[in-house]
Parts: sequence; C-alpha cells; structure tokens
Amino acid sequence: MAKPLLEFTDRGIYCAQGKFYIDPWKPVDDAVITHAHADHAYWGHKNYLAHHLSKEVLYYRLGEINLRTIEYGETVTKNGVQISMYPAGHVIGSAQIRVEYKGVVWVVSGDYKTDDDGISTAFEPVKCHHFISECTFGMPVYSWKPQSEIFTDVNNWWHSNVENGIATVIVGYSLGKAQRILQNLDLDIGKVYTHGVIENTNEALRRNGVTLNPTERITSDSSKEEVRKGIIIAPPSSVGTPWMRKFGPYSFGYCSGWMAIRGAKRRRAADRGFIMSDHADWNGLVSAIDATGCECVYLTHGYTASFTRYLNEIGFNAREVHTLYGGEEEDARVTEGEEVKETAPSGDVVKEGAQ
Amino acid sequence: MKAFAQLFLSLDETNKTNEKVKVLKDYFTNVPDTDKMHMLALFTGRRPKRPINSTLIRNWAIEASNIPQWLFEESYHVVGDLAETMSLLMPESRNSSSKTLTEWIAEINAQATRTEEERKLWLMESWAMLDRQERFVFNKLLTGSFRIGVSNNLVVKALADITGIEAPALTHRIMGSWMPEDYTYDQLIEEQNVADNISRPYPFFLAYPIQETSEKRKSAEEVGLALGDADQWQAEWKWDGIRAQMIKRGGEIFIWSRGEDLATEKFPELHPFLNALPDGTVLDGEILGFQNGLPMPFNILQTRIGRKNLSKKILTDSPVATIVYDCLEYAGEDIRSKTQSERREILEKLQNETGFPEVFRISSLIQFNSWEELEKTREQSRAMIAEGVMLKRKSATYQVGRRRGDWWKWKIDPLSVDAVMIYAQKGHGRRADLYTDYTFAVWDGDKLVPFAKAYSGLTDAEINKVDYFVKRNTLEKFGPVRTVKPELVFEIGFEGINKSTRHKSGIALRFPRILRWRHDKPKEEADTLDSLKDLLGENGG
Repeated sequence: MAKPLLEFTDRGIYCAQGKFYIDPWKPVDDAVITHAHADHAYWGHKNYLAHHLSKEVLYYRLGEINLRTIEYGETVTKNGVQISMYPAGHVIGSAQIRVEYKGVVWVVSGDYKTDDDGISTAFEPVKCHHFISECTFGMPVYSWKPQSEIFTDVNNWWHSNVENGIATVIVGYSLGKAQRILQNLDLDIGKVYTHGVIENTNEALRRNGVTLNPTERITSDSSKEEVRKGIIIAPPSSVGTPWMRKFGPYSFGYCSGWMAIRGAKRRRAADRGFIMSDHADWNGLVSAIDATGCECVYLTHGYTASFTRYLNEIGFNAREVHTLYGGEEEDARVTEGEEVKETAPSGDVVKEGAQ
Repeated sequence: MKAFAQLFLSLDETNKTNEKVKVLKDYFTNVPDTDKMHMLALFTGRRPKRPINSTLIRNWAIEASNIPQWLFEESYHVVGDLAETMSLLMPESRNSSSKTLTEWIAEINAQATRTEEERKLWLMESWAMLDRQERFVFNKLLTGSFRIGVSNNLVVKALADITGIEAPALTHRIMGSWMPEDYTYDQLIEEQNVADNISRPYPFFLAYPIQETSEKRKSAEEVGLALGDADQWQAEWKWDGIRAQMIKRGGEIFIWSRGEDLATEKFPELHPFLNALPDGTVLDGEILGFQNGLPMPFNILQTRIGRKNLSKKILTDSPVATIVYDCLEYAGEDIRSKTQSERREILEKLQNETGFPEVFRISSLIQFNSWEELEKTREQSRAMIAEGVMLKRKSATYQVGRRRGDWWKWKIDPLSVDAVMIYAQKGHGRRADLYTDYTFAVWDGDKLVPFAKAYSGLTDAEINKVDYFVKRNTLEKFGPVRTVKPELVFEIGFEGINKSTRHKSGIALRFPRILRWRHDKPKEEADTLDSLKDLLGENGG
C-alpha cells in the first residue's frame, strides 16, 4: 500500500506529497494552521497558511511571519494536493483542514465544538475517508448545556454582585472564551472592562473586521468604584495576582469545561464555575465523527485511550496518536499555557504584535 | 430535597467562610426541624444507614447510564467521586422532587426490608424523579460518603447564631452517638439537655503543632520566645496510641475514640478499672499496646483495630492499657474550667485509688527547668516510644477543638529518605483527574523496590507539575495505576518504621508523606533499602 496522505511525525502532521505540515510544533517550511492558539500555532515556520480571521491574532501573537490567509471553502493546491478550510466552531478563525489527493480525503479537525456559539463560524461536518480529531472532553461525564442557560446564570451572578457592591471578575481564555463571554453579557447591567491581554486580542480581532461589543481596557487610571459596577474579563493567568486582588472585594467566576467536575472546580477555588467549553462534549464528539462518514478516525489529544476504545466498540475504526496538542484547555490544569508569558504585573502586554 | 440540593450547590459556590455560614443559616431557617437534625447528623459525620449494597447501586447506575462498565469505571477515575459520577452519567432529567430530606431518608431506610427487585424498581424511579443536583445529593445519601468541605465548626457557628446558644455548648450537645430519628431539634436547643444522655462525651481539646515539618524546625530559644517562662508549663511525652475519652456514669462505662466512635467493646482490658471508678468520672488519655510495663509500637495496636471479634490470641499478643492525662468530669461535675494543675491533682488522686495501676496509668510529668533542657529530653522520644513531647500551660482550662495558645505538641523531627516515584494514581475529590497518589521506591542493588505510598506534602503547583510529568512519561497502565519513568526524587518523611511480611520491601512506614521534591537529586542518588533497614534497629522495630 502507498504511503498515507497524512503522517504523524515528531514535528507534526505531515503531508509528504504536498510537502507541508499541519499545526507543526517544530520549525518547518510550510505550516497550515488550524487556529491561533499557542499549542497549534507555533513560532518559527517559514510560511504560514491560515484562515483569514486568524490573521491579525497570528500577527499579534507571533510577530512578523510570512502568512497567507484564505476563506472557508477556498482551495489552495500544492503539488497536486488540494487544501481547503471548513469552520471548526472552536474560536473565531478556527478551521478544519481538508486535504485531498487523487480522490482520498483527510480532514484535520484542530480543536472544535459542535454547538454554535454565535461568534465562531458554526462547525460544519466534512465528509472524508480519514478524520483526525481531538477529544479533550472525550468522557461521557462531559455534557454541555445550551449556552443561553449558562449566560443567564452568568448575567444573574453579575447582577447580584453589582447589587451587593462587589466587583465581578470572569475568567476565560483570551482568544475564544473572552469574546464569547463579551458577546453574551447583558450590557444593561453595566460596562465591560478587560485585562490587557484580552483587550489586545480583542483589538487584533477588530482590526480583522470582527464586530465586538464595546470594552474598556483596565489601566492604572481605572477607577475601582466604576470598575466595580461593571464586569472584568480576565485571563486564567491573572487569578490570584496582585492585579486581580486590587479590585477586591470581588467574586470570581471561571468559565471552562473542567467546571463540570466538582473536584476540578474546588481545585480552582473559583467562587463560581460556569461549565462552558470551546470543545465538543462527549455527544458532540461522537456525532461529529459519525457525520464525517470516515473509514478511520485518529484521536490526537484528550482522553484518547478511553475514547478510542469506546469508538472501536461501537463500530468505528479508531486509533490513538501522539501529538503535542492540548495546550489550551488541558493546560488550564497544568501551567495556564501561553497566557503566562504575555502578562506583565501591570496587566499590560510585554510584546506588541506587528501592525 | 430541593433545599438540601441547593445547600450543597450554594456551599460549592463560595470559598468565603462568612458566606458559607450564611448559606448554612439560610438552610436552617427554611427547613422543617427534622430536616435540620438530619442535615446536622450528615454534616457532623454521622453516616446514614446504607440499606442497598453499593455494588448493586453501581450496577444499576451503569444500566441507567447505558454505557459499558469499563467506561463507567474510567469515568469514576476522572470524577473521583462515585455519587457524582453516577449523577453525571445518567440521562439529564428536568424533574424535581418536593419531598423533604427527612422523607427521602425514611424511604432509603425502608429499603432495608425490601427485596432486591423492589429496591431496583424504587431506585430507578427515584433517579428519574430528580434533577442532576438532587440526584447527586441523593446518591451521596445512598453511598454514605459525606465529605463536603464544611467543618463541624462552621455548622456549629451557624446554629449558634440562630439559636443564641454558645458554640462550645452546642459542640458538646452534638457529640456522641445520636441519630436524627431519636434526637429532636427541641431537645438540642433545650436549656438543660447535657445530662439527658449519660454516654455523651465532651469535645476533645486538641493541641497545635509547634513545628509542622522538619523544614520548620524550632529551637529551644524560639519555643521560649513563643511560650514564655518554662515554669508556666507542664510537659509530658506525646504517646502514639488511640486518643480516647473514658466515661463512667450511672453505673455504665463508655469509651469514645476521637472520631466519635463508641469503642467500648474494643478494649475489654479497660473495663475493670473503668467499672471501679466513682460514678460521674470522665478521663481523657491515650490507649496503647502495653506489655511488661512498656508501650508497644503503634503497629501492634493496629492489628486489633478494625477486628470485629477479639480472639484470645489477639488479646494475648497485643494487650492494651491506657495512659491518662486529663480529667474532665469528677463527682458528676464538669471540671473543664478548672486549671490544668487542678485537674492534674484530681487525676492523680483518682489514679492513686485505683486497684488496676497496670492498666490505668498516668502520663508522668517530664521535669525540666529550661527549654534547652526539655529540648534535650525530647531527643529521647523514640527510645520512649513516644512521638515527642506535649506542652500544657499550667493555668489552661480544657477547651473545645484545636486551639492555639495553651496546648502544644512538639513532635520529633520525622525520619526521612530520598526515594524515586515509580507509580502514580489519580486522586479523589479536589484532586480528581490529577495524578496525586504516588508510590515510592528505593534502590536494592540495581532494582527499585517500592516501599511506601504517599499522598500529601506537595503544593498545588507542584502537584500540577508532577501530573504533567506523569501524563507524558507513562510506561505502562494497569487499570487506574500508571507506571512512570523513574526520574523524580522526593524526600519522604515518616514517624516510624517496622518489619512487615506484607510488603515486598519487608518494611512498613508509619505516616509516610512527602517532605519536599528533590529537584537537585538524580534518581541514582536516592537511598537504598539497606539504609532504610538500618533504621529498623534504632527505632524500635
């Protein structure tokens, strides 16, 4: 049998025919990027190909890079291999990468969620022979509620904090969760303030033509009394820092899929845990994989062992593969990922992106 | 059940003590009295009856969840709590139950006389009747593991605020063996209820540690600075046994362990002396294995704890005695407000009068004129088969719970070895889905031999780093256990070491825990089994 179109190498997912990598973690010549999170978009490649809506965030995060962007559905051909992108619903600009050569189709999901969050273009199942999927929440204990229910809770919590005269800090990743929160807050309650790291990402997205609700960056001049009447969106790395403490007394809410488990929630010591993820839950994963009609599914990161076993038991042909993905949600448990590097004690950003 | 489920949720939603007390008060003021008593029983560690065997509950939950058994088990390792796992895996329900906590507990208890089929039907119907949060607390009731991160103190504080009864008095009134079915809220808050129950123990007074770990070692000078003149204090050995309160009232005797378990029947050796005490006497002390006038290491006593029947052999091999160090009630009078010295006098008088001085022993006072002198004496602790010394202010009253100020324990520094982590397993509760339970090994030639498991001692940040390492350096998986690449070295502290035929290493440690992560040591420099065995001789093996 001929070599498979995509291979798993120690640099990332590789297409020998097209001579490109997808989300490589070591420097390569040609990298196709699913989305701008740090565990998928590494620094140091010669050429980048990504979705148009990832453009400004990639510049902001990686500086001067040689980047070409395309739209969903647009096709790029490299040495006879057709590369195209489809919405992954994970964050703004996230894409599944479809690769076709001589009638064989592979799809790399990157990270994805199947529920439409209203801001990241909704996930679209793509028919393929081989599907490379994440399974961050690939255990049946993870099952998400519709986001409207979660945001009712968030807004009620915010409202009662304002009434009790305490500040409200809501924590979520700077790309994805932060914008999802921002677009679903009830702005009749008050103003939205942002941590510098989050505001930088917001600005990058606005430069990219994304319309976001109004926000105000917190600076050393921000009035504590005014901020207390609003809500602060902050990255995970700010939890427990002097930056956050200066808004006290406050109630702090954490938005993450891990909040589904009591133990994980207690460990975070959040006042409120909101179960909200940018990854598919158990049922979402199973239905997404089923919808591809694939002959073989490869699980890259998450509860790969159990999920692979389960898929094989219910009739899929599933394999576990080793990658370095799983930085963003998984690292929430480990080191808080990329956010740490970006945050200076003042809450300002160390490195500004190219403009 | 709605209110009880909400109570759990609200307690989970705050980390602030004041908020938790407020939540508890809201609960108390909004539920019927019988619910209050059930809640109080559950929150103070009085486990409900478990009429249905937990394997059956688990199997029926798997059936209701419609997933394979192995996936249920894997989910349990991720969640770290059986009740929660079951509630998460069952299909979502939008129902909600208006039955009270009391009614639900009565239904649960009624299952005792049902057939297995009836139980299953009832359980499946009950699950379908409850929403996810209600199902979670219901499962907690069924499986009987109630650790919720709320201390007795907080519950008592809330109740004290509501009733106007002082917290120490309330703490006393909820001691001992009572069940919500036979202790009413009115009885609890009545003025004179203490005497109603002759078995009721007093809340234990617990000492604060002077030093937490070997790294925070305190010198005699520091102790002196903190505690003042040595002549204000009495010192005793800190015995390594079972803390117990021994009661003689109304012609009956009761022995309570610190976990508020009635343990009277476990220690028949103590009955003659207790029966001979005057009525209205309560003693506080330590129960230890004792032979030929000398205390035996704790592991000898351990062999008889937990046995249902005490055979002749056990009684011969591990006889017990008690070393008493306080008297809380004398001639029917609560004397906890007398000074330490006054209580000591009464205790000495009681002990002088006993006809069983071999069993009713008294903790002798250590003579010392300065903290330096006591520090020297303390170094003999291991030879005395003691854990260190106790310091009690001569003017101290007998207080409630763990308090700083008048009682201190000054333990000996732990023994320690440097060991390599070789297995890791996920933890429970707050440590769910994180690798937090480790097995450590020392070198035996070129092989690593496991000798101890330890769970505590690392900070959250360190645990995260170890977890990260484990996930990326797994060699093999055996069910929930992972064999990891031997690389990380930790200093393991422990209180004692004994020979063991049950362990591959041939030794068993007492209270092993992680003292620190030795980033500076490569695995080759970890200790050897021989160096551990050398400690056996010196330390009463």
